[in-house]
Amino acid sequence: MFENIIKTLKSNKGEILELWMKNQLASSVITEDLMTNQELRKQSEELVNALVNNLNENSINDSQSPDFDQLTELLGGISISRARQGFSPRETGSFILSLKEALLEILKKENSNVNEVFEESLKLSRLLDNFTILTFETFIKGREELIMRQTDEITDISTPVIKVWDGILALPIIGTLDSARTQVVMENLLQEIVKTGSGIAILDISGVPTVDSLVAQNLLKAVSATRLMGADCIISGIRPEIAQTIVHLGIDLSQVITKATLASALQYAFKSLRLEVRKTALEAAGVTNQ
Amino acid sequence: MEPSKKMEIIPLTRGTMMVFKDQDVVPFRNEVKEYAERIKMGLVNQTKLITAASEMVRNMLKYANGGLTIIEIVSRGPQSGVRVTFKDEGPGIADIPQAMQDGFSTGKSLGLGLPGTKRLVNEFDIKSIPGTGTTITIIKWANG
Repeated sequence: MFENIIKTLKSNKGEILELWMKNQLASSVITEDLMTNQELRKQSEELVNALVNNLNENSINDSQSPDFDQLTELLGGISISRARQGFSPRETGSFILSLKEALLEILKKENSNVNEVFEESLKLSRLLDNFTILTFETFIKGREELIMRQTDEITDISTPVIKVWDGILALPIIGTLDSARTQVVMENLLQEIVKTGSGIAILDISGVPTVDSLVAQNLLKAVSATRLMGADCIISGIRPEIAQTIVHLGIDLSQVITKATLASALQYAFKSLRLEVRKTALEAAGVTNQ
Repeated sequence: MEPSKKMEIIPLTRGTMMVFKDQDVVPFRNEVKEYAERIKMGLVNQTKLITAASEMVRNMLKYANGGLTIIEIVSRGPQSGVRVTFKDEGPGIADIPQAMQDGFSTGKSLGLGLPGTKRLVNEFDIKSIPGTGTTITIIKWANG
């Protein structure tokens, strides 16, 4: 009985493609600027070929069949590239769903026995639904990869070590200082201390919204590691509400030099390096007076 | 509860959130912050509440692989506050008085989570059955 469907579909490949293209172009969800008509046609043709050519007695019952390996790969490739290009899930989903419509239409046209058509379309629907699910899974995986990559990038971007003066490094920490983050921060900081031969490191936590005991513990770890390298560490950017919270939590930061602002930390650093910042009042005034 | 506080606590708004991975901590804290802002809690109390909630949720992740959190706006008489409940199905705490001591930790942390949290909030309640799980409830009043 299924020989019939397979034969029907094989002999109507051209028509399937035409119908499918029509369906895809008719649905208003297609975004023309993301893909040209020719590209879409090429993709669709490849897919129809991969599906119809590999359809046989066994594979029609099993979407996981090795006969469909080529199709699975094609679909995976298409949905991952669509996820990256910024297609919406609806666009990607209706891509494969509109193929189902085209296939069912052909079946209806070629066979007038309602019962048989029903059985056949049930079979085909099940197969194509599985492919749709596969498309979605891959689409979401593509998106997740994108998110993971961005997370890594954010971690990288948000831990810059700045040399503010000869021998003084500043490290503005933004966001939450979890364990993974601490590792990155510490690595960057220690490496930079060796590279620049700095004696003072300022950790600025103005951009850390919440200091709980885990964050505090990680900060203390960074401070101890810096000390082991022979450098002094100052923690700056402690806001009043954070100070009160730290006291209530019972975190002991008394062994660490802490300052309210980055400016006062810098001032402290200058002092301990016996540097002085002065206004060159006379000269400046002289220049403007002329 | 102390006998002097006989007035009933009435829950008003309620939201739940499952926390199962480290990435859930920040959205959870933002949710708590939103509730605190809704009752116009001051910045210092807000920070205390968020830190306490963060502390508890981290414990839950570390020792019980996560669990359920319930955030509520509650009122008692003229006071309004935020109540956060943490329910997990972890190993439980065998000796609660010991766990409430400063500096005691079975993990390698500072051991300030439980006692520190108790100091940060107005009301703190802990129930734990070893092998079954732990439920902790904290309340911070808007001007408490």
